[in-house]
Order: sequence, then structure tokens, then C-alpha cells
Amino acid sequence: MTNELDIFVGNTTLIDEDVYRLWLDGYSVSDAVARRVRSGILEQTGATAAVLQSDTMDHYRTFHMLERLLHAPPKLLHQLIFQIPPSRQALLIERYYAFDEAFVREVLGKKLSKGTKKDLDDISTKTGITLKSCRRQFDNFKRVFKVVEEMRGSLVDNIQQHFLLSDRLSRDYAAIVFFANNRFETGKKKLQYLSFGDFAFCAELMIQNWTLGAVDSQVDDMDVDLDKEFLQDLKELKVLVADKDLLDLHKSLVCTALRGKLSVFSEMEANFKNLSRGLVNVAAKLIHNKDVRDLFVDLIEKFVEPCRSDHWPLNDVRLFLNQYSASVHSLDGFRHQTLWDRYMGTLRGCLLRLYHD
Amino acid sequence: MPGKLKVKIVAGRHLPVMDRASDLTDAFVEVKFGNTTFKTDVYLKSLNPQWNSEWFKFEVDDEDLQDEPLQITVLDHDTYSANDAIGKVYIDIDPLLYSEAATVISGWFPIYDTIHGIRGEINVIVKVDLFNDLNRFRQSSCGVKFFCTTSIPKCYRAVIIHGFVEELVVNEDPEYQWIDRIRTPRASNEARQRLISLMSGELQRKIGLKVLEMRGNAVVGYLQCFDLEGESGLVVRAIGTACTLDKLSSPAAFLPACNSPSKEMKEIPFNEDPNPNTHSSGPSTPLKNQTYSFSPSKSYSRQSSSSDTDLSLTPKTGMGSGSAGKEGGPFKALLRQQTQSALEQRGGSPHRFCKRREFPFFTLTAFPPGFLVHVGGVVSARSVKLLDRIHNPAFVGIMGNTRSYKLLDWNSFNADEPETRDAWWAEIRQEIKSHAKALGCHAVVGYSESTSICEEVCILSASGTAAVLNPRFLQDGTVEGCLEQRLEENLPVGCGFCHIPYDELNMPFPAHLTYCYNCRKQKVPDVLFTTIDLPTDAAVVGKGCLIQARLCRLKKKAQAEANATAISNLLPFMEYEVHTQLMNKLKLKGMNALFGLRIQITVGENMLMGLASATGVYLAALPTPGGIQIAGKTPNDGSYEQHISHMQKKINDTIAKNKELYEINPPEISEEVIGSPIPEPRQRSRLLRSQSESSDEVIELDLSHGKKDAFVLEIDDTDAMEDVHSLLTDVPPPSGFYSCNTEIMPGINNWTSEIQMFTSVRVIRLSSLNLTNQALNKNFNDLCENLLKSLYFKLRSMIPCCLCHVNFTVSLPEDELIQVTVTAVAITFDKNQALQTIKTHVEKSLQRASTDNEELLQFPLELCSDSLPPHPFPPAKEHLESASSNSGIPAAQRAVTVEKASPVAEGNFRNRSAPPCANSTVGVVKMTPLSFIPGAKITKYLGIINMFFIRETTSLREEGGVSGFLHAFIAEVFAMVRAHVAALGGNAVVSYIMKQCVFMENPNKNQAQCLINVSGDAVVFVRESDLEVISTQQPTANCQPLCTGGEVTT
Repeated sequence: MTNELDIFVGNTTLIDEDVYRLWLDGYSVSDAVARRVRSGILEQTGATAAVLQSDTMDHYRTFHMLERLLHAPPKLLHQLIFQIPPSRQALLIERYYAFDEAFVREVLGKKLSKGTKKDLDDISTKTGITLKSCRRQFDNFKRVFKVVEEMRGSLVDNIQQHFLLSDRLSRDYAAIVFFANNRFETGKKKLQYLSFGDFAFCAELMIQNWTLGAVDSQVDDMDVDLDKEFLQDLKELKVLVADKDLLDLHKSLVCTALRGKLSVFSEMEANFKNLSRGLVNVAAKLIHNKDVRDLFVDLIEKFVEPCRSDHWPLNDVRLFLNQYSASVHSLDGFRHQTLWDRYMGTLRGCLLRLYHD
Repeated sequence: MPGKLKVKIVAGRHLPVMDRASDLTDAFVEVKFGNTTFKTDVYLKSLNPQWNSEWFKFEVDDEDLQDEPLQITVLDHDTYSANDAIGKVYIDIDPLLYSEAATVISGWFPIYDTIHGIRGEINVIVKVDLFNDLNRFRQSSCGVKFFCTTSIPKCYRAVIIHGFVEELVVNEDPEYQWIDRIRTPRASNEARQRLISLMSGELQRKIGLKVLEMRGNAVVGYLQCFDLEGESGLVVRAIGTACTLDKLSSPAAFLPACNSPSKEMKEIPFNEDPNPNTHSSGPSTPLKNQTYSFSPSKSYSRQSSSSDTDLSLTPKTGMGSGSAGKEGGPFKALLRQQTQSALEQRGGSPHRFCKRREFPFFTLTAFPPGFLVHVGGVVSARSVKLLDRIHNPAFVGIMGNTRSYKLLDWNSFNADEPETRDAWWAEIRQEIKSHAKALGCHAVVGYSESTSICEEVCILSASGTAAVLNPRFLQDGTVEGCLEQRLEENLPVGCGFCHIPYDELNMPFPAHLTYCYNCRKQKVPDVLFTTIDLPTDAAVVGKGCLIQARLCRLKKKAQAEANATAISNLLPFMEYEVHTQLMNKLKLKGMNALFGLRIQITVGENMLMGLASATGVYLAALPTPGGIQIAGKTPNDGSYEQHISHMQKKINDTIAKNKELYEINPPEISEEVIGSPIPEPRQRSRLLRSQSESSDEVIELDLSHGKKDAFVLEIDDTDAMEDVHSLLTDVPPPSGFYSCNTEIMPGINNWTSEIQMFTSVRVIRLSSLNLTNQALNKNFNDLCENLLKSLYFKLRSMIPCCLCHVNFTVSLPEDELIQVTVTAVAITFDKNQALQTIKTHVEKSLQRASTDNEELLQFPLELCSDSLPPHPFPPAKEHLESASSNSGIPAAQRAVTVEKASPVAEGNFRNRSAPPCANSTVGVVKMTPLSFIPGAKITKYLGIINMFFIRETTSLREEGGVSGFLHAFIAEVFAMVRAHVAALGGNAVVSYIMKQCVFMENPNKNQAQCLINVSGDAVVFVRESDLEVISTQQPTANCQPLCTGGEVTT
């Protein structure tokens, strides 16, 4: 006696959150059944393995049918085939677009192309996430990227409107899109200690201040591309380190203000010129695409690592960066105050976030 | 030219990509009604076209309006080649033809293709202007309301319940026409869908005419079925109960309505002149009673009908002998006379009177209080027929000649064929009627008919419950009359229906009677089987449960008559065994009555399957059932004896456990009070047996063994052992779950609002090696049990809940395949309140039952308020009215019809206030096989939903195999039903039923085909408490981003 056909269709589509998770995680039906058995559900419900198998198959079939709609979430809202309460629809979408930290760290900043897709095998092996799940996550990134890439208006809003994601998840996707578009390097060994959250935080600051959208909200790809003019102008900051007088003056202003307030004052005093040169040079180089990609590597090398080797407490870093940015306003010979603020305001935020073990 | 149909095509969305090059579609729409077709402009390069067409107007006869569906075809325009069809929408415009139902059909309909399934949606608005027309030779019956619900619909009051109406139409099945060889599967499927749509339209119209003739204005309990007879054709048949209904929520209309039942109807002033009516009856309705002349084939069918066994406990032999004398006591006879004379009074022509007397059947399963006086028991009849009999020599010639002609006009020919089927059914009904008579009953309630077809053999079945009815309802009377009636009859509440209608001294079968445990005045049987729902005023102890008897019998493959004979010979054994199983299981549950009994016998190539489902209850009026006693044949064998006693213990434990589980603890009643002797075991066991002569076991089992107070099961061979085992293998549902196949679960009345209707289908393949009766039985039993277990598991999040109206259908699509389809609804209930009710005893349960009554039937409540002067309305009623005058659709649901994307649609909504924030998500449409929605009031019936779909695939594997294919199809069917209901302005389907689900596969060819037929009543409901409205709105508010997002993208 074999079940040739076995289906269950409810007027309200039944969604089992646990099975949905197993499906999203890319488990085959038999693996999913095995995992469910291990969860002790048979004991709780008195069901048999056969019942579980049939139930899992049903859910998998439903999810398979829903997947097409999940690729364009507004369709899920308008379709008539599955009657799903709004809260459940939101859950389906949110979970479908959710991603694994381990996975996103692997592809963040990479081009979302066929080439990267081929590497998914390796990523799967490395992270222990099933290939199926990797594919789903990668395809999600790519799909969102394609849709919002050339769209006007706020990146986060666009994502939210077209994919109906929660605010939190939309912001994450904005970061992913932003990183993929600018191809920031995030995979180097010295960047490994950084979490996706760290990068997403930086991305948000950069989107807010460094993109075209920060100055003009009516251009295409406003939130995705960095403001070229701004990057061009950053060259002008070079004077802060190139002009010896200006550099000395800057240093003395900072040192005066911070004397007695830093536990690492002497280290700071000794390293000021190096640090300042590092930060200003990063700015000046951003005109080149390659240096944009290396932004985070540079920040770590030029600032985070030196401070860390001297054991600066985070609070001292904060005090220093605040003072370092603010003192420029007192430099009479320096004419690019607005430019400096646009650059340093964002950088300060990023550095503070990146400064941890 | 009595009607103008107006159609506007607004927009489409989510269309499939038809042009690979551009990834877009150039869509246009053809709107067809009858022979007239209109087209919209082509909307270039869009998957979301906005046609915004003019109003297409069709000027048509109302006859056509009833028969024809509106056919909307969406196509992709192609300059160089033929236009590609995207899909179709069939809209039944019948709901627009009577005044109280929908006034406009407007909304998004899934575009359906029989090969690809749903492909996008189309927004359509449909209206009908009817002109009054006094044509006396009318063929149409616009205005007669149809309800699938098998009780008086919630917002109506029955003025008169006229009785049985039936009709059938026959046509050739397009699938078997010669042209099918040269046309595409799509064309063939569409021809079939359209034909069936036309046939059901015609059938409904003809039934409507009969109702008008009876001076009714509605059909309740309308059940329409298709018999796919293959080569010999397609039969669409329907039965129902004609009524005169009054709408309750409009008191103004109610007052003068007492004398003119026609009041309700939009345009049929049939009062004006009785003559045209009788006149028109000639051509339009085939006279049933004239078709009784038995055809030559009858000699054969006589033989087969001898297999009709009487579950009714009606002995076949006994019937012939002086049945006139024992039809019932003088009182009953009087009642019957009254009924008849009442009918006579009203009836104009003698013909109508004859017909009424012919079949006093009612398809209702629940009744207005006071309607049901006594219940006799189940009556059923089966008959085996050969379908090729239709082609009797005289016929073949005509068939040959008209074959091609029929393709053009099928109407012209089929008048001949129905007679054969009519005669078949008439014969069965006659038998049912005589069974009822033998039980001293003048009527049959809860009546239904069904068929099972395999190749050229067809089993026709009919069953119902013999009953004595209150004649007052069958004649012209007012509500006051009914109320009076109730008072004056002074029937003991809650047990009256259990009292035997037959004469005690001249019983139609040996049964054991005791005085009613409730009123102690009348006699009651010790077990009661019925096909109706538990009367709301019945006194019940504890809860009920679903009881099933399952049985398979192998049969040799045979042809034609030999096959039919084999089946006929098997039938009585099957019925007998099914009955025994039911009885045993009932005892095992410690209960004494079955409601909603439905026995389905399915015929296959090499086997017969029997599946009986019913809801067991403990009726307080009936005596406590005895236990089950096992007796072995070889008492000297020690180990055997031990085994037996072990089994006995198990059985006793099970009974005790079940009593606890279902809270069956009837109050102790001392013997003196009852004043009746302890039942003798012999009679006891006999009572359960059908007296079919052919079943030898009766005698065998009648030998009583030692133990005198219990039902004896004798284990004399392995078969019997199996039976006992199978009794014990039925696992009770997990805690928190209850199940029943009736409308309401006895003992549970505190429903909360969550409902989940579902359909589950399973097909198993039997390995041909182990095909013995026992193996077969075990497989079938496991199939059903596993299916139930799966359901319990899937619905575990709803605990505590009850599966109501559990409806199993068995079919045998191929040699080794068994298909079981289950449709039911899971309803949650409040555990805490349930616990409280446990404490209630008989007296309390009586009380409770009567309050139930008000909740569930609304009947007495409305009756009372109506009989008051219309000024001081009870608040509940006022609420109800205001809601219904607002068209009764809550804002959330209204969003369906008033879609953001279609400002035109919005503009055309006459009085409906636009929702404050058009939530662009799709509105919820509830579906339920029950006639009510827990926690809600039905304020309006919008019309009957009767849809037939065919889906076919030639890429079965790609669509996820048979399961993927059928899963998607059923989901699509649900979607289309919901869309139609939403377009009518409704938010629920009640009395939903999937009448047919025929699935065929050919995995080798990678093909599959499925036919599904569903029906139900589209309604508008409003939640009873505002509190719940708020709580349902909350989730919508939570997903604000979703909603706004949706709007932007449309």
C-alpha cells in the first residue's frame, strides 16, 4: 500500500513556521522530517512518522507554489490562489528575504554576478549553510539589486515598497545593494572581525551623506552611487597634511583641548601626524574606484590598527575624533569646512563603529 | 426581450507573458453571451492592461439568462498568426435575477485555462436589467431562490414547505463525441465546462418552474449532481425541497406577506391567474408520473433491485403482508390524511396532487421547531443498472441520425433520454416511500440520492429518514399558526422525535421498546439511526463523535449483466456488514443513536467499497446501550478462552474510556420509574439487523450466548476476529479534538470564530499480490484512519477544536487505486466554557439545547420578535437590520470589490460608502460546509454558487507529479469560488460541498486530468460582536508597510 497522491488544501493556507524555516534552510523533505522527529514533535502530538512525512510534503509543495509569488511580494498580496492572513503574508515575506550573517559576510561587496553564484558551492561548504539556502539568499540579493539599482528616491523606501520588507530588513538590503554596487572589499583577513552590522551601519551613514541623494533627491541611482563631485573635491583636504603649518596648528589645537582628558594622551600626541595623514589620504584617494573598494581596508590599516596597538579605549577614540574634526573649524587658513564636515562626520561614525576587537 | 445584460471589462493584472520577445502581452477580451460576442480594444504591451471598456449590452430572454453563463475570454493579439487564448472566466448571472440577492457582480476574477490553470486576473462588472413581462407561456423561472443549505436559511422564515422537486437532463458527453478526436484537449475541456454550465442552468430553470407551479418561491436543500456515464452520456440531476420563504429582516415586507408568497419575487406575479400556470406546465415539465411505464429492461432491474437491503429495519418480506393495516396508529393515519388533504386544498390540478403524494420527500436535514414530530428510522434503496440499456433498439436509430445534429443543438434531442433515468429514480423513490410507510411514516426527511458508476454498471442509491411531520407546515399558514401549533400539541420537548411512529403491537420489525427515558409516556426504540442532523431541541448526554464503518469486497471482473448480477449479489452482504460495524462501533462508544448517516457504496472494476459515516450521540430519551459481549465457539480450549477474555477486557476498557472521553454519564434511573422489563438479549441483537433474507448471518448471530445483558459478538473464525480487531484499531482523536459529520457537534455550543475549511485527497495503490478481502479491508481502514490522523496533526494549532461536517467520498478510479476525498471544517471552541457545560445534567442540557436553538437556528428568536408589534425591536435585531441595509459588508471585506486599481469600479458602486482606507489586500472569504458561521450572523443570501472545472496537464512531472497537480488545482478552485463570492459582494460561502472530484492520471504519458464540481450559498455575514471586528482589523494595521506598498505597485 503506497500513497500515490496525498494532499491537504485549506481555504486558509496553513503555514507551519517550523517547516517553513526548514524549507528556507534548504533541507530536503527527508532531512526536514528527520529534524522534525528529533525536535520531539512525535511525542508531543502522538503522530506517526508517516503523518509527519505527509505533512512536510504538503507544506513543501505549498511553499514551492508560493515561491514564485515571493519573488515579487506585492503579487503575494494581490493573488487570489492562496488565502493567507496579512500577518502571515508579512511573515512569509520577511522570512524569505532574511539571510544568514555568515552568508552575507561572504558575498558582501562582491559583484552579484554569475561568477559569484558559481562560488556558492564553496561558500556553502565553508559556512555550513545548504547550497539551496545560499542560492535563495544570493538570488534575493540579486533580485533586490536589479529592481532598485536604477530607481529614483530613497533606497530603503524603494526596497520597502517593492519587497514589502520590514524597516530593519529593508535597511540591511540597502546596505547590501550599496556594497554590491560600490564593490567595497570586506573579505580581507583583517576585516574578518567585522560583522555585517558594522558594515551596514557604515553603509547607512555613507548613503545618507556621501551619495548623490544626499544633495539632490531627484536623480537616478541617487542612493546607490557615491557623489563623484564630492569625491573629486576631497582632494582639497590634502592641504591639512601637506601644509606643515596647518598640520602643526591642527595638532596643537587637538592636544591643547584633550590634555588630561585622554588616558593615551602621549601616544596620541606621538601618533597624531600619522593618524591625520592616514585619514586625509584616504579621503584624497577616493577619486579612484580601486581605492573606494579598499576604503575599509585603509581605515583599518591607517587608523583602527594603530590605535588598537596602543590600546586606546573606545572613549578616547571618540574624544579624539570629535576634537580632531571640530578643531579644523579653528584653522583660519582652511577653506573647505563643509567638505570636511561631510567627510569627517560620516567617517567618525564609521570609525567608532569599526573600532572594536 | 425581457432582460438586458450589461458587462464592462475594466482591467487585467498579473497576465502571463505571451510574447517572449518583449516579455509582455497584447491582451484583449471577448465577451460572449449566447450567440452574441463583443470585443474590447487590444491593450498593447502590458501585463496589467486597463481596458476600461464601454458597457457591452446583451438583449436576451430571461430563459437564456437562466441557462447561459456569461463567457469572458482573454486573448493575446497576434498580427500574423492566430490569437492565443490566455484563459476564460465563466460567470453565472443567476444571482442577479432575483431581487434580494446581488445587484451587481463586480470584482477580480481569476482567468482560468484548463491546461495552464489560473493565469492572471480580470476585473469585470456585470449588471442585469429585467423588464416585467406577462408572457403566459413562460419557460423561465427567474425569481425562484435556490439554497444548498439543507435547513431553512438563517434570515428567512418558512411559510410553507411544499416538498420534493426533482429534475434531470441528459446529454452526450463532449469528451466522447467524434469531434473530440480532432480538437485540442483545451477545446474539448471547454466544451464540457460550457455544456455542464448550460445543463445546470437549464436544470435549475426547470426546477424553478416546478416550484412556481407549486406556488413556492424557493428551493432549499438543492443538490445537483453529475453522472459522467462515459459513452452513454452525461446526466445532470437535481433534487431539492420547494418552500415558500419570507425574509425576516424586513418586517415591512413580512406583514402582508402572509397570504401572498409571491411577494418576494421580483417579477413573477403568478398569483394573477392560475390558468396559465397549469397551461404552461404541459410543455415545460415532463410529467414524472407518466413516465412510470416500466421499460423492457425492467425485468433485469427488478432482479437487481431485490438486492436493495433495508437499513431501515424494514423487512422486505413483511412489507407485502398486510402493510396497510400496520402503517401506523389511528393518530398517525389522521396526520397523514391531514397532510394530504392540506395538499389537496392548495393543489390546483389533480396532477400536482398526485405528484406530491408520489414522493413526500424533503432534502432538509434540520427543521423549524415543531416540524418534525416523530422519526422512524433510516430508509434506503439501491439498484444496479446497466448503462448500455439506454441504447435500446428503438433508440439507437435515433442516436445515429441525430448525432451530428446534437452537436449544434443538444436541447432538441435529450427529451427522450431522461425518461429512462427518470424511471430508474422513480422506481427507487417508490421503494423508499414504501419503506417509510412500513415504518408508519408518511414522509422521508434528510433525503438524498447518489450514484456510483464503473464502466457500464451504475449503482443508484437513495436514502433518507422516515418521519412523521407536522402538517401545519405543509399548508398555507402563518407564523402565529405555527406557534399555536407548538403550544397546543404540547409535545414533550427534546424527546418527541424519538417516539416510535409505528404501531407497537404491529411492529414492522422485531424491535425492543421501552418507555421514553425522558417523558416516560411514549415508547422509544433502544437505538435510533437517522440521516438528519440532531434536532436542536434534542436532549443529549455528553458529546458526540464521528463513527465510520468501512468495508471492501472483492468481485470478479465481469462484463455487462454478469457484472451487474455479481454486484447485486454482493450488495446485501455489504449493507449488512456495514450495518453491523456501525452498530458495534456505536456500542463501543457507549452511545445509542446515529445522526447524519450516509452510506456510500462505490463500485470498481474488481471490488466494491462501502463507507458509512455518521455522528454517534447518546440521546437522553433512549435507554442506555448494553455492552459488547464476546463469545467463542470452542469454549474448552484454554488458551483460546484466555484470548477471548483478554479481548473482552479490552473491549470493556474501551467502552469505559469512551464514556469518559465523550462525557457520557446519564443520570441513573431506577427500574420502577421506567416500568419496563429489561430488554431481552435476543431482541436486542436482532433489532440491529436488517432483515434482508439473503444474509444468513442473521440467524447465526441470533443465537444468543450466555450473557443476557449485552450485545453478543461471536468469534467463530478469523473473519470475526478481524472484525473485533478492527473495532479496537479505531484510535480516538487526540485530546482537544472532536469530530462529527453533522452540522453541529452535540455537546459543544461555545464556538469561537476561527474556522478552517479544507479538502484532503488521498489515493493509494494496492499491491495486487495481497488482494484478499481482509488485506483490502485493512488497507482501506488504514487509509481512512491515517487520513484522519493527518488531519488532526495538521490542525493541531486550532485545539480545542471540532471537525464538523466531515464528508468522506470514496472512488475507485482504476483497478488498484482507492481514492478518498475528505472535506470538512475545523471550528475552534472555548475550552473553559466547555468545561462548565460538562457539569450539566439532563435537565440543564435541555435548557441549553433550547438556547442553542436560538443561536443556531435563529428561528424561535425571530419568530418571537416578529409576532410582537414591530416597534420595540430587540437590539440585536436592529443591529442586524442596519447592517443589512448597509449591504452588510464590513469595510475590510469590501476592499475586494472596491479595488484601488479600478476607479471605475469604485465609481459604479452605487451606495456603498468607500472604505476609509482601501486596503489593497484581497478580502477574506470564508468557506464552510455548515449552514452557519460561528460567532456571526448571516444577513443576506446572494445566490447559489455552482461551479464545474476541468484541469488537464500534459506535463505532470513538471507540475510536481499528481500531488502537485491536484494540490494546485484544488487551491485554484477555492480561489475561483472565493472570487465569485467576493464579486457578488459576499464574504462567505456556506453549505459548501465538493460534490465531485474525479481524478485520472496516466503517468506514462505524463498526463493527468481532474474534474471538480463544487457548490454552496454565497452570503454576507457580520460578526456578532464589535469587539471581534476590532480584533480582526488589528492585524491589518500591523502590516501597514505591506498595504501601502501594495497600493503603489498596482
